[in-house]
Amino acid sequence: MRKKTKIICSVIGLLAIAGIIIYAGEALPTSSMFRTVLQLGVIYALIAVSMNLCNGFTGLFSLGQAGFMTLGAYTYAILTIPVSARPGVYYLYGVADWLANLQLPIPVALLVAGLVGALFAAIIGAPVLKLKSDYLAIATLGFAEVVRIVTASSPLNRVTNGSMGLTKIPGFSSYYGIFIVAIVCIVIIILLLNSSYGRAFKAIRDDEVAAEAMGINLSKHKQISFIISSFFAAIGGALMAMYLGAVSATTFTIAVTYFILLIVVIGGMGSVTGSIISAFLVIACREWWLRFLDQPMMIGTFTVPLLKTGFRMVVFSVILMIVVLFFRTGIMGDKEFSWDAIANFFRNLFHRKKATPAKGGADDE
Amino acid sequence: MSENVLHVENITMQFGGVVAVNNLSIDIPEGKIVALIGPNGAGKTTAFNCITGVYEPTNGKVEFMGKTIVENYPRGKMKKTYAGENQGLYTHVVSPTPDKITKLGIARTFQNIRLWSSMTVFENVLTAKHMRAKQNVFSSTFRGNAKEEKRMREETMTLLVEQGLDKYKDERATSLPYGLQRRLEIARALATNPKLLLLDEPAAGMNPQETQELARFIHEIRDKYGLTIFLIEHHMDLVMRISDYIYVIDFGSEIAQGVPKDVQNNQRVIDAYLGVVEDE
Repeated sequence: MRKKTKIICSVIGLLAIAGIIIYAGEALPTSSMFRTVLQLGVIYALIAVSMNLCNGFTGLFSLGQAGFMTLGAYTYAILTIPVSARPGVYYLYGVADWLANLQLPIPVALLVAGLVGALFAAIIGAPVLKLKSDYLAIATLGFAEVVRIVTASSPLNRVTNGSMGLTKIPGFSSYYGIFIVAIVCIVIIILLLNSSYGRAFKAIRDDEVAAEAMGINLSKHKQISFIISSFFAAIGGALMAMYLGAVSATTFTIAVTYFILLIVVIGGMGSVTGSIISAFLVIACREWWLRFLDQPMMIGTFTVPLLKTGFRMVVFSVILMIVVLFFRTGIMGDKEFSWDAIANFFRNLFHRKKATPAKGGADDE
Repeated sequence: MSENVLHVENITMQFGGVVAVNNLSIDIPEGKIVALIGPNGAGKTTAFNCITGVYEPTNGKVEFMGKTIVENYPRGKMKKTYAGENQGLYTHVVSPTPDKITKLGIARTFQNIRLWSSMTVFENVLTAKHMRAKQNVFSSTFRGNAKEEKRMREETMTLLVEQGLDKYKDERATSLPYGLQRRLEIARALATNPKLLLLDEPAAGMNPQETQELARFIHEIRDKYGLTIFLIEHHMDLVMRISDYIYVIDFGSEIAQGVPKDVQNNQRVIDAYLGVVEDE
């Protein structure tokens, strides 16, 4: 494919995506499932890409995502709940004095949320990143659980409202706010991954020993990757809080981390576009396309068995298993979306019949 | 003394009760090609790893360009179990991580090729330049280092052309034929701008013709980049052809050293390689 064609394709593609988002924002009612999927999808896409930065690109198997999301969500909530609404939110324990009149603008609060996530990542990163693979996973998992429990603990009642959680969290007045923040964050991560540091991360993932022998400071680069990943996970958590309008200690359980890991694995470890595509697919599947399975269905007088609330998750799980069995490396593997790949795919599709008799070893090309 | 690029002094590496390298001293004069040979399991790679910071030697010292880069003495658990010599000669601990040693100007290749498999040939070399680039994570992400990045890319391209790898630059590093992978690994090491290049069995798995080419290639890069080369090798004809000086070790200890001609005729070296007929 020529360069010019590619650019035209990319522009058309981006315009189409923007068109879909604007269509959903302008033409569809707020209750529309499609709108929900788009909004949730873009938030999960950001969190999945941030997790991919750490797990897929740097090879650090961290499962602390939910912890950083909790930090981000709570920080954002505490800083933005309108002063007038605070007595109502903290009606049981009362609000801490220093908090009572503290309210930051939404963009500043988002940034602070990210920085809090990054700060905690820096603190736990130093000892934890010395661990490898499974041990790192266990340590970060533990961290996430500690964060969750501490936020709900009674000494913090007047800050986090304990187990009651926080409500009345304001969001952007415009529907597009979440998209803009998430897309800007994803673009920053993509820029990072394509920079010299991104290459160093991939080198560490591919071969730590060689990376170190080529002068890449392992602990420093692992820290950087972990901190940046946590920064964006925290922003993702804040967006989630914004979207839900309420957070509590049970919002970001370990299951959330697994769900994001699932998105990353299905999309392909080490593929940003894979994570984004899979975030939308998985969310759409879970929230929308399989909804009909939760309702009882009648064909004539015959009631289809098994169809009742919760069955959709069973089917969802089976689909996941099938996907993982047949696409070992996820939808995209460790490749990124490219028009060449699409063109090749269609070319192969149309030429398959001709190519079959002379099947050789040139399939890789 | 100061003309020695590398000065290894009484290095002992002990794993538990096993002394893998025993009291090894090596001097490498500037601009020379020095080889370390020995039968399988003699401790050659371990010696390399001690120099490059992968292992912390149990006892001994390494100097690079007159500066101590590695030093250690038996401490902790090793204090009691230490079986080597020269205990008490060293009192400081200097044990930098391998990346710091590479930064000083020692680059290495590996016995079993360790290229970054997900990257192309070009990226492999480019990534090795990361260490020396003047940038931080912000300038790099937001392209504030465009000039630096451009320079790195140009240097990488020049290096690839010089090494004859430019026509493979967009191929995955691991899809190259074996000989070229070795060459790429050397190119990658050169990208870190070393003064001393350590080659760990550069001819392993090569046929005689490739080996011959390699010998020429090693000479070429030494002259072109003003390098000093220290290599481990099994191919005797390669070692004899290119080395200026040879150290022979067996069971971790040095058994001979000298110019190739002397080493070739040394009875202890022949015994170590071919075995000794024990007299009853």
